[in-house]
Amino acid sequence: MTEKHPLDEIDRRIINGLQGGFPICSSPYAAVAHDMGLAEDDLLRRLQRLRTDGLLSRFGPMYHAEKLGGALTLAAISVPEDRYDAVAEQVNAHAEVAHNYAREHQLNMWFVLATEQLSRIDEVIAEIEAETGLKVYNMPKKEEFFIGLRFEA
Amino acid sequence: MIEIADKDHQLLARLADGLPLVSRPYAEMGAELGLSEDDVIARLRHLVDSGIIRRFGLIVRHHELGYRANAMSVWDVPDDEVDALGADLAAYPFVTLCYRRRRQPPRWPYNLFAMVHGKERAHVLSQIAQLNEQLGLEHLRHHVLFSTKRYKQSAARFGDRGLAKAG
Repeated sequence: MTEKHPLDEIDRRIINGLQGGFPICSSPYAAVAHDMGLAEDDLLRRLQRLRTDGLLSRFGPMYHAEKLGGALTLAAISVPEDRYDAVAEQVNAHAEVAHNYAREHQLNMWFVLATEQLSRIDEVIAEIEAETGLKVYNMPKKEEFFIGLRFEA
Repeated sequence: MIEIADKDHQLLARLADGLPLVSRPYAEMGAELGLSEDDVIARLRHLVDSGIIRRFGLIVRHHELGYRANAMSVWDVPDDEVDALGADLAAYPFVTLCYRRRRQPPRWPYNLFAMVHGKERAHVLSQIAQLNEQLGLEHLRHHVLFSTKRYKQSAARFGDRGLAKAG
């Protein structure tokens, strides 16, 4: 394991500045670097390092799943403590599970399912229930008020 | 639902792994998919304009950035009040996500969900207290669920259908 590098002011500007959007043009990193007063290769090196250090996941899209005919839902299970890790493994083995968090509640495992077809949501839930023998509580979105989800470094 | 071309599905599948960190990333993706750089750019712009891609940008691992206090705050709100309240909650800068969801009574009576991500638990709790006080929510059934461990954080993969078709 290599030491993580402490963030400097430029790293923070990169992280804070690029969550909202990224140019779709021939040389996007050069365009962004120019706006930030950096050289393109400096920006790419920093992004590489931030990714290696695990601070960045990726440059990528947030989809509107429903517009593609897909579906997202939030679901929860009440998992006995002594089975928790094993059940987490069973749940995460499904490619449709995007996020999975332990939370403080009797319903203590919370995960997001993302599927290409709405009908798959119920199928995956049925599979997880069959594999774990535990009830899955499905709490699909009825309405979205906000999806900002940005983090200041 | 919007129908998109197989090539668009392949692009979305490739993008789930992240844009390459090279000078001409769209050209590189195009080379992998048999598309020109111009074609990749045109298709991505179209996907953004049509709202299929709602945001294209840097996705951080918030836990590693120090956001370790991750609270899902939930309320049981009368159905005819939930829309107005959701809009009010969403206006607070520290609310990172806000949804109305299906209840699962009796185990889960809550229908309004707001996420607050912060660096310290005490601070997040004070922010949630501020919501309850300023929006007059104290009388509602309410619960705060902090996350204690992350077991998975990956990209939702919606483009794989096209990839499977092409493969």
